[in-house]
Amino acid sequence: MNNERPLTQHLHPNGRPRLLREYVSTGGYGSLQKLAAGMVPKDVQRLVGEAGLRGRGGGGFPTGTKWSFVPMGPDASKPKYIVANGDEMEPGTFKDRILMEGDPHGLVEGMIMAGYALDAEVGYIFLRGEYHLSAQRLNQAIAEAYAEGYLGKSLPGTTFRFDLHLHSSAGRYICGEETALLNALEGKRAVPRAKPPFPQTVGLWGQPTIVQNVETLYNIPHIINHGVEWYHRLSRTKDGGTKIYGISGRVTNPGWWELPLGTTAREILDRHAGGMADGIGFRGLLPGGISTSFMIEEHLDLPLDFSSFPPDVGRLGTGTMIILDDQTCPVGFVLNLEKFFARESCGWCTPCREGLPWVAKLLTAFEEGRATRDDLSLLDMHTKWLAPGHTFCGLAPGAMAPLQSALKYFREDFERHIMIGGCPWSKKSAQQRVLV
Amino acid sequence: MLTEIERRELEDAVKHYPEKRGAAIDALLTVQRHRGWISDESLLDIARFLEITAEDLDSIATFYNLVFRKPVGRHVAFVCDSISCWIKGCEQVQEQIKNLYDIDLGQTTSDGRLTVLPIACLGHCERAPAMMIDQDVYGQVTPEKMEIIMEKYK
Repeated sequence: MNNERPLTQHLHPNGRPRLLREYVSTGGYGSLQKLAAGMVPKDVQRLVGEAGLRGRGGGGFPTGTKWSFVPMGPDASKPKYIVANGDEMEPGTFKDRILMEGDPHGLVEGMIMAGYALDAEVGYIFLRGEYHLSAQRLNQAIAEAYAEGYLGKSLPGTTFRFDLHLHSSAGRYICGEETALLNALEGKRAVPRAKPPFPQTVGLWGQPTIVQNVETLYNIPHIINHGVEWYHRLSRTKDGGTKIYGISGRVTNPGWWELPLGTTAREILDRHAGGMADGIGFRGLLPGGISTSFMIEEHLDLPLDFSSFPPDVGRLGTGTMIILDDQTCPVGFVLNLEKFFARESCGWCTPCREGLPWVAKLLTAFEEGRATRDDLSLLDMHTKWLAPGHTFCGLAPGAMAPLQSALKYFREDFERHIMIGGCPWSKKSAQQRVLV
Repeated sequence: MLTEIERRELEDAVKHYPEKRGAAIDALLTVQRHRGWISDESLLDIARFLEITAEDLDSIATFYNLVFRKPVGRHVAFVCDSISCWIKGCEQVQEQIKNLYDIDLGQTTSDGRLTVLPIACLGHCERAPAMMIDQDVYGQVTPEKMEIIMEKYK
């Protein structure tokens, strides 16, 4: 077991950014020297594939496999593009921000190496508009990297030259969907595109494009510097590396921790977050953003990774957990999620545009004491008709994951809302009940 | 008409894209930074520069919540209303803004000082509830803290 924390061990606890000189002093931009020593793009692809790096944005798709679809060789269409997906808008998720604010050069280096591996000479960092501090620090890092010749000039021992631009966006969750993101970058309304063709062959301006989550890109230089075996030893599971996990909600110490991939939720909750806050009980958690399914007590010892979840538990998502406690109404919790999804639907396809506001309206009826048994069946129906295969992209199916699992694990709470004609957690309805 | 400064900034932005319209968001945000919001006239100025129609540009401008197609106050407070902040009491934060300034979400104070808007998860969930004023993010906001924070935004 390797106890290093390659992504965060050098970060300043006070949040001060590490700029060029400091980054280089701890081995930063070391991966570029491997190129001078004769490492060719195929070598980088092979290392990343064998390391078992899986996408950290929530999908967990193997990065090596994703890269294998990009056309290579002298006949490949040029230019090719690398895009960092820094549109971190999944509620409860703040891991990419920690990296970009603290170590902006790590993203620059990760993108250069991904670009080299795929012979893609232009990169964009697609950053959510609200991350002003990240934008400022990334701009500074990009300027420093140009001045130093890491960007805009042939890399040592090669003819490869990489250019990198920062694109600050202007809101809207759907931009995190990779094809909507490409439309946004092209200056079009950010609705998703039909797949196929996949961006790896037909992406930005019709050219081969890889869209990769920020945390994923931060891993690449470390794989190149330290090798596949070292990378596997960081992890407790068959996929390599560490993961930035986080917790928000009513726990003693909400926060983030870089830990071996495959750490359990119980360990993170008890050991790192200090357990539930005083007098507060645990009911469930969403393991990685709000497009994941609830996990309850019996799931807390599952390794949080991309291959250990049984199908009925869903998926890890972003690894930043949100805790549902016993002082919070599960119906109100899910209503908050569905209002978010309804607001953020791009409106392109009908099931999502119409279905999500309907779901939010139904849940509001539960909270306000107007719901009937039929409404419960209507909620069940939506989880089927907004499931994968019925919508244009993954937004609505993602929205159904917490709803469906809440209906499974907290069904008696939905029923209590119908029975008492209101929310058992609401102070207002408690007072009304006393009066009655 | 774009000002000289605006034009120069837009010309810098388009250099990053193979097509001018790639800079649509950069252009909208740049002009908004100078003029506070995107009026119909601003929209036309930008569309002309990008060589696309105003209608086309408006379909982008109206899509994004950080592009203001209506005037806003001198300062804009964005109150995060996503789940981690909801659990930790973002509704009390909204309530306090209403108490202090007599405005609901989406409204501007009569003296033009402040607009308050809801916003999707600000990514500061470990310090919930969070809010952003202009470009500054505040965590663990309480009704009492809010009054002190707002002193900076006159």
